[in-house]
Amino acid sequence: MSTSVEAPKNAPLLSVENLVVEYPSKRFRAKPFRALTDINITIGQGETLGLVGESGSGKTTLGRAVLGLAPVTAGKVIFEGNDISNASRKERRTLSRDLQVVFQDPYTSLNPALEIGDILAEPLAVQGMEPAAAKKRVRELLDQVGLPSDAIHRLPREFSGGQRQRVAIARALALSPKLIVCDEPVSALDLSTQARVLDLFLQIQRDTGVSYLFVSHDLDVVRHISHRVAVMYHGEIVEQGPAEVVTRDPEHPYTQRLLLASPVPDPDRQEQRRADRHRLLANQQRQNEQAGAVA
Amino acid sequence: MSDSIDSSAVTADAAGLAAKPGTGQSGTVVRSTVMRRLIRNPLGIASLVILGTIAILAIFAPVLAPFEENFANISKTLAPADSVNILGTDSAGRDTWSRLLFGAQLTLLSALLCAGVAIAIGLPAGLIAGYYAGKFEAVSNWVVSILMSLPGLIVLLTIRAAFGPSVWISMIAFGVLISPSYFRLTRTAVQSVRNELYVDAARVSGLSDLSIIARHIFSVVRAPIIIQTAAIAGVAIAIQSGLEFLGLGDPTKATWGVMLSEGFKNVYLTPTLLLWPALAMALTIGGLVLLGNAIRDALEDGEKIKHRKKRSVATAEGTTAEPAKARQSRKSVAAVELGTEHHLIKVTNLGVGYPQADGSVKKVVDDVSFHVDRGEILGIVGESGSGKSQTAFSILGLLPDNARIVGGSIQFDGNYTVAPGDDRVNQERLSKLRGKRISYIPQEPMSNLDPAFTIGYQLVTPMVRVLGITKAEARTRALKLLTDVGIANPERTFDAYPHEVSGGMAQRVLIAGAISCEPDLVIADEPTTALDVTVQADVLDLLRELQQRLNIGVILVTHNFGVVADLCDRVAVMQNGRLVEEGTVRDILRNPKEQYTQTLLGSMLEGKTPMTMLVTPQKEPVA
Amino acid sequence: MIKFIAKRLGSGLVVLFVVSALTFTLLYISSGSIAQNILGDQATPEQVALKEQELGLDQPLVTRYFAWLGDALTGNLGASWFTSEPVANSLATRIPVTMTMVFTAMILIALCAALIGVAAAVKRGWVDRVVQIGAIVGDSIPGYVIGVFLVTILAIQLGLFPATSTISPEVGPEAWVVSMTLPVIALLINGVTGGAQQIRSAVIKQLERDYVRTLRSRGIGEREILFKHVLRSAAPAGLTVLSLQLIGMLGGVVIIEQIFALPGMGPLAVAATGQSDLPVVMGVVMYTVVVVIVVNLLVDILNGWLNPKVRVS
Repeated sequence: MSTSVEAPKNAPLLSVENLVVEYPSKRFRAKPFRALTDINITIGQGETLGLVGESGSGKTTLGRAVLGLAPVTAGKVIFEGNDISNASRKERRTLSRDLQVVFQDPYTSLNPALEIGDILAEPLAVQGMEPAAAKKRVRELLDQVGLPSDAIHRLPREFSGGQRQRVAIARALALSPKLIVCDEPVSALDLSTQARVLDLFLQIQRDTGVSYLFVSHDLDVVRHISHRVAVMYHGEIVEQGPAEVVTRDPEHPYTQRLLLASPVPDPDRQEQRRADRHRLLANQQRQNEQAGAVA
Repeated sequence: MSDSIDSSAVTADAAGLAAKPGTGQSGTVVRSTVMRRLIRNPLGIASLVILGTIAILAIFAPVLAPFEENFANISKTLAPADSVNILGTDSAGRDTWSRLLFGAQLTLLSALLCAGVAIAIGLPAGLIAGYYAGKFEAVSNWVVSILMSLPGLIVLLTIRAAFGPSVWISMIAFGVLISPSYFRLTRTAVQSVRNELYVDAARVSGLSDLSIIARHIFSVVRAPIIIQTAAIAGVAIAIQSGLEFLGLGDPTKATWGVMLSEGFKNVYLTPTLLLWPALAMALTIGGLVLLGNAIRDALEDGEKIKHRKKRSVATAEGTTAEPAKARQSRKSVAAVELGTEHHLIKVTNLGVGYPQADGSVKKVVDDVSFHVDRGEILGIVGESGSGKSQTAFSILGLLPDNARIVGGSIQFDGNYTVAPGDDRVNQERLSKLRGKRISYIPQEPMSNLDPAFTIGYQLVTPMVRVLGITKAEARTRALKLLTDVGIANPERTFDAYPHEVSGGMAQRVLIAGAISCEPDLVIADEPTTALDVTVQADVLDLLRELQQRLNIGVILVTHNFGVVADLCDRVAVMQNGRLVEEGTVRDILRNPKEQYTQTLLGSMLEGKTPMTMLVTPQKEPVA
Repeated sequence: MIKFIAKRLGSGLVVLFVVSALTFTLLYISSGSIAQNILGDQATPEQVALKEQELGLDQPLVTRYFAWLGDALTGNLGASWFTSEPVANSLATRIPVTMTMVFTAMILIALCAALIGVAAAVKRGWVDRVVQIGAIVGDSIPGYVIGVFLVTILAIQLGLFPATSTISPEVGPEAWVVSMTLPVIALLINGVTGGAQQIRSAVIKQLERDYVRTLRSRGIGEREILFKHVLRSAAPAGLTVLSLQLIGMLGGVVIIEQIFALPGMGPLAVAATGQSDLPVVMGVVMYTVVVVIVVNLLVDILNGWLNPKVRVS
C-alpha cells in the first residue's frame, strides 16, 4: 500500500472501501449507469488526497458519495470509524460539523439572493448556534479567508470569482471541520486567482490541520497541493500513491498519458514533452497490439 | 450604487479588495432595489397609480357610489350625463357611474379569488414536483397537459351549466383550470435551482428539505409568481366579463361584462354606454400587463448586473442582423500605410467599446497593435476580461451589434477591414473574406454546431457557398477533411447529428470546417479550453500539423501558457483591454519584462515546489 | 415516427376518455333536479318522475355514463332536452361555420405573427418597439371588446360592413367573405400581437446562440442563417405558442359568434348553458377536446420533424 509522505496517519480519518455508485437509468427497465466501481481510498488527519481524472472519470461522483449527495450502491464510506454511506439527514447534520465541501463553480455555489453573512451563518444556525455567537464566528471566518468584515452585508454578485470562492471556503470552515471535500475548487478561476486560492488552502491546512479530498482535472494543481494522489479513469482508481511518485513518475499507462498531455510553459521543454508523448503513445499502441495478438 | 461596486469587483480579487471598502450597501438589497427600479420606470409607476386608483375606487364603492347598484329610475332611462348621473343612465335607468364602481369591486375580488386559487394549487404542486420529481411529477404533468388543453371559456360554460350563475364558483373553477401556469413556472424554477451547488451545500450542512425549500428555493419563484399573477388576474377579468357579456353571469350583480352587454344592446341609441365598461376593463387589464412587464424589467436589470462578469459584453439593443448595410454608403476605403501590405493581418491602435445607457463608452479593448504574417502563429494571452476575445472578434467582424470601434484600424492582406475613423467593421469587405480567407475555431464545440443539421450538411454548405463547388464535390472534400482531422470513421460522422458525437470529435469537426475553404488566417478562440487534457494534446497536434501543411497564419486566443509554448511563434499578453507586452515566445516566457506577465507566469504551478506558497508570503503556522 | 404518432394518438384517446368522464360526472352530479328544470315550476311530482324515467335519470351515474359513451362511439350524442334535435346534427351544421373562422384566423395569425415577429427580431429599431407596444395593447383589450367596437364603429357608425353576419355561404362567396371579415379580425388581433411578441423573443434567443456566430464565420449569408437555421430552431417555440392560442380561440370564438350573431357553435353553447341542456353541453365539450387533441398531435408531429433529437428518442 501507499506510504505517507508527511502526514501522520494511524487510524485514517476517512476510508472508502469497495465503493460502488450506480445511478438508476431514466429509461424503463434499462441497466443502471455505473459511475464508480470498487473504489478504495483513505485519508489521514491533516492529509490531502488529490483525486485527478478527466471529465466522466467519476472523480466528482466520489466526492459527492462521501458527502451523501450520490447514491451508494455497495461498499462503505467510513468516517472516524463510523459507516456513513447511508447516513440520514439528521446524522448528516451532526456529521456536517466535521465534513464540509467547497464546490467548483463560485457562481452557483452561493445563493445569489442571500447576503454573505447569512450564507456563512447557515451551517452555524443548523447546529443551533446563537445569532450573536454566529455573527462573531462569521467575522472570524471572513478574516481567516482574507475578506473584509463589511462583506457580511453584501451579496455574492458584488464579488469576483476568487472572492466568492473565498466565501465558499469560509462557509466550509465555519464549523471547524476535520475533512473538506474540494470539488475542482480552482478550475473556474483565472491563473493568478487560482494561485492565491491554492495558497489559502495550504495556509488553512497548516493553521487548522484539516484534511482535504481535493478533486481536480489538473495534474499540476493536484501535485502542488496533495500528499497523496489517486488517479481515476472510467469510474475506477487506476493508480494511487505519494504525490511525487504518481505525478512525476507514474506507472499506469493512463497516468503516463495524462502527465505528458499537460503542456509546460516553455517552448523547448514542451517540444521535448511532445516528443516523449508521441513516443509513449506509439509504445502503448504497440503493447496493446501485442496484447491483442496474444489474446 | 450597486453598479459601481460590481464593476470594480469584477476586476479585483481578494488581494485588491482592500482598496475598495466602504461602499457596501446593507439591508434587504434584492427587494428594495427591484422596488426602486420599478418606481423609477415610468411605466411601472403609471401602472401602480392606475391599479391603485381602481383598487381605492373599488374598496370605497359603497361610499363613493351615489346610488345602489340596482337602483332603477324608470323615468330616466338612457339619459346622458348630468349632475346627478355623472356618466348617464342605462336602459333601466340605473346610474352608470355607480354600477361601474360596484363592478370594479366584484371584478377585482373575482380576479383575486381566481389567482388565489391558482396559486394555492399550482405553487405547492410545482414545488413538490420540481424538488422531488418522480411519480408525483409524472402524474401532475399529465393532469396539467389535460387542463391546458381545455379552452377556459368552454369549461366555464360547463361549470355554469352544472352549478348555475355564480361569479365565485366560476372563478374558483377558472383558478383550478389556470393553476398549471403556476405549476409549470414553479416546477421549472425549482428544477433550475434544485441542482444548484448552493442547495447541495445546504444539504451537506444538514438542512431539512423544508428549510431548503423555504430558504433557497422559494425565493427563486417569488418574483416570477408576482409577474404571473398580474397576467393571470388580467386574463381572469377578461374571461369573467366575457361570461357576463354572454348573459351567463349573476343577473343581480352589476359587472363590467353585463354593462358592456347592456351597452351593446343599446348601441344604436347610446353608444357611450359601451365606452365606460370597456375603458374600465382596458385600464385595469392594461395596468396589470404593464405592472408585470415593469417588474420583469426591474428584475432583468438586476440579472444583468449579476451576470456582468460572465458576459461582460451582454446582449444587444442596437440594430440589425443584416450588418452589410451598416457601412454600405461608405465611399472608397483608404489605402493602407505603405510598407505594411505584406502583413497578413495588422491591427493598429485598435479600440473597441460599448456605449452605455448614460452616454459613456465602456472600453473593452484599448490601443492594441500587433500583426501576423503568413505561416505564423500569434498567441494572445490574458485572463478573463482582458479583451482578448473581443480583439479576435473585431478581426472577424463578429462583434455584438452594439459594439463600436472607438479607435484604430485593422487591415487584412493590404486592405482595411476597419479603416482609421470607422466606428464599425466594414462588413461589405469582411463578408467576402469570412469563411474564405479568414476563418474561426470557437471555444465550446457543442454549442457551435446547429443541433438540427447533420455534421455533413454543416461542412458541405459553406464550401458550396464560398467555393462555388457542387454538393458532390463538397461531400468528397468534407470526407477527406474529416479524415485529415483524425476522425476514424468519416462517413459515419458525416451523417451524424452533433448530439451524437463527443466533445473532442465535435471540436475536430469545427476545425475541419475552419480549414475547409483553405483560409489564409485562422482565428482560434480558446480552441482547447473545453476539452480534456489528453484530447487537448491531440487537438494541439492537429492544429500544428494543419498549420504547417497549409502555411496559414493563426491567431490563438488562450489563457494557457502551456498551449502558447506548444504552438505559438510570438505572444501578445493582454490585461484589462490593453496589450501589455509582445514578443517571441521564448523572450516572453523566459524573460518577461512587464510585471503583469511575470505575475502570470509566477502563478504557473509547473516547476514549483509542492506545498509551498505561490504568491502569498510565507507565514509561520499558528498552531 | 409511426410509433411516435401512434403513442401520441393513444394518449389523446385517453385524455378524451378522462375529460368526457369528468365532464359527465360534473354536469350530472350537481345540477339539482333536471326534470323539474325542464318541465318548469308547475309540474307535479308525478310528471317529474315520469320525465326523469324518460331521460334515464333514475339510473346510477356510472350506468348512464357508459350508456352515453356507447352511444357516442356510434356517433349518437343524444338529443337536446328542449328542442329534441339530435346533438350530432346540431354540431354537424354548426362546426363548419366555427371551424372556417377559427382556421382562417389561425392561418392569418401564423403568417402575420411570424412575419412581424421575425422582422422585429432581425430589424429591431422601430418595428421592434411597435411589436412590444402592440403586445401590451393586445394583452390589455379582450378580443370580444375589440369585436364590439369593430361592429359599433365600422358596421354601425360607418356602415362599411354588415353588423351581423347571419349569411350562409349560399348567398355568394363575396357577401360571405365580407360578412366574415369583422369576426375574423376580432378573433385574430390578440393572437397576432401576442404571437408576434413571443416569436420575436424565440428568434432573438436563437440569433444569440453560438452556432449562429460560427455560421457567419463560415461565410454563410445572413438570409440563409435566418431562414434555414434560426427559424427552424425557433419554430417549435412558435408552434407551441400557436397551439395554445388556438385552444384559447375555441373559447373566444363563442363570444365573437354571439356578437356577430353567427350560426356557429357559440350561440348553441350559450343557449345550452343557460338552459342547462346537458346533452348539448356535453357535445360541445367533446367537439372542443377532439379539435384540441388533433391540433396537438399535428404540432407534435411537426416538432418531431423539425428537431432530430425528438425523432431519435
